[in-house]
Amino acid sequence: MFQTYQYPEYSYSQSEEQRTDTLKRHPVVVIGAGPIGLTAALDFAQRGIPTVVLDDNNTVSVGSRAVCYAKRPLEIWDRLGCATRMIEKGIKWKIGKVFFREDLAYTFDLLPEDGHKIPAFINLQQYYLEEYMIDEAAKSNLIDLRWKHKLLNLTQEDDFATLTVETPDGVFRMEAEWVVACDGANSDTRKMVGAGFSGQFFQDRFLIADIIMKADFPTERWFWFDPPFHRGQSALLHKQCDDVWRLDFQLGWEADPEEEKKPENIIPRVQAMLGEDKEFELEWASVYQFACRRIDRFRYGRVLFAGDAAHQVSPFGARGANTGVQDIDNLGWKLKLVLDGDAPESLIDSYHEERAFAADDNLLNSTRSTDFITPKSEASRRFRDAVLELSEVTDFAKPLVNSGRLSAPTPYKASSLNTEDESDFAGSMMPGTCCSDAPVKVNGEDAWFLNQVGDGFTLLVFGDEEAADVAAGNVKARVLRVGKDLEDADGKLTERYDGAPGTVYLIRPDQHVAARWRYFNDNKVEAALKTAMGGA
Amino acid sequence: MQLDLTRNLPDPDGFYEHLVSSQRYMSDEEANRMNARLILILSNQIGDMAVLKAAIDFAADPKGYERKAAA
Repeated sequence: MFQTYQYPEYSYSQSEEQRTDTLKRHPVVVIGAGPIGLTAALDFAQRGIPTVVLDDNNTVSVGSRAVCYAKRPLEIWDRLGCATRMIEKGIKWKIGKVFFREDLAYTFDLLPEDGHKIPAFINLQQYYLEEYMIDEAAKSNLIDLRWKHKLLNLTQEDDFATLTVETPDGVFRMEAEWVVACDGANSDTRKMVGAGFSGQFFQDRFLIADIIMKADFPTERWFWFDPPFHRGQSALLHKQCDDVWRLDFQLGWEADPEEEKKPENIIPRVQAMLGEDKEFELEWASVYQFACRRIDRFRYGRVLFAGDAAHQVSPFGARGANTGVQDIDNLGWKLKLVLDGDAPESLIDSYHEERAFAADDNLLNSTRSTDFITPKSEASRRFRDAVLELSEVTDFAKPLVNSGRLSAPTPYKASSLNTEDESDFAGSMMPGTCCSDAPVKVNGEDAWFLNQVGDGFTLLVFGDEEAADVAAGNVKARVLRVGKDLEDADGKLTERYDGAPGTVYLIRPDQHVAARWRYFNDNKVEAALKTAMGGA
Repeated sequence: MQLDLTRNLPDPDGFYEHLVSSQRYMSDEEANRMNARLILILSNQIGDMAVLKAAIDFAADPKGYERKAAA
């Protein structure tokens, strides 16, 4: 297996602190160099935080695993300088088709409007994604990526944690002002702090098979309920790069994972799906089951949880890695402000507030999809089948079809960091919402709005309204004026932000709206800026 | 009033979850009886014989109904 990808091996080297037996305190230590830990390293370093990453292995993800990456995480990786490679290598798609038995039941388009830099989704094997981020991390002298470093134990004081770490050279200790645990669904760090991790476990098994095949199927997500080639179960077909295709077969709870993983059992399933005469080779296979659960608190003292270590969802909707990347987007700027003493430590509590809210939204969507895809009773299956049958001939049943509600950012509608609107606005850019992209022109050249929003706080000003940078302590919100710093050539920015002349948006460092007004008032902006920094 | 088959539910996923989870702990027979009660309750709410007749005919044979309507 693995004919299309050569696994890199990253070299272990003993750290200075272990070699000289020196107890060193680091600002931030990240546990785990998967997609979330690597995103954390890139984000923190870009904000100027020296970051140590510990990983107990020395290579990238074995198997294609996560595969589907959504628009918002790609926008975050674009801010971190590594999205271009991913998008170039990945398979772009936005159309999904749902089949019921022999018939097409429903087609959806994930990005029906144009004027966005980043595609709705790309499919890319997880090992490429990690490799690109590791390459990017190597360019930063603030990132210290340590392979073959396994966390054995963790204890906490009021303002730091002590980590006991094992390497090929033995065991040593290090200290961290903050620990960010990105060590996956089976997180050891989570066990070390004694956190709760509860939710719903689903009694079902799924087979993932990656096959290599030359095929001219369109680059769309195809999902089948009860297809003729796999009666009574569901199936999924998705294209990845290098002519690798991801197939997913629901197997039921009684299936034997070891038996199902054997090529002689996989090949007939694939042949039934694609036809006997289709030539293909098996690249990788795995049998999985899943749970939908969440950590009780994202923060345990100086230990913060992100990604699957904090929340585990069903795979329907691509809400796993995509959500984890947004955890980091939320956390990085808060850590920086607190480490610099520019915001109170309590700002970190808003990480739990906002990301637990997002996790619950993801869990709700993913649980609903799972209940639709794998009905738990005959009564439930009858409703499901009725919806699918009616969706072929009516409009009203189509939105009830649920083959996975695909990952979209959760607006922090009720966040304590928001300042409530005092005027009416049309559109969706309410406080707590992730900023929408739009095509703009900068110095006459085509550009994208999100690339103009800096790493700090931004004051987006429409029209000629008098406005100036506003400071709260050492932190400044900088004016970005439409009509001067950028041109809204197509009018899309104005439309998406309901940007009548005089409109002012305060945008957070993670490109979320903190507050907005129909005029500029520096006292109001300063108050909103302080609120967005946790009452600094 | 005509039978309206365009989308009209403000929160389709929330509705569906509530409907299905209401039967989670029922036997099949209990779920069927609940469905019958639910249809009668909703029919009374609609209260328009022409609409109800059209809905009953459509539900009995969705694809056949379309063919008849087209003819």
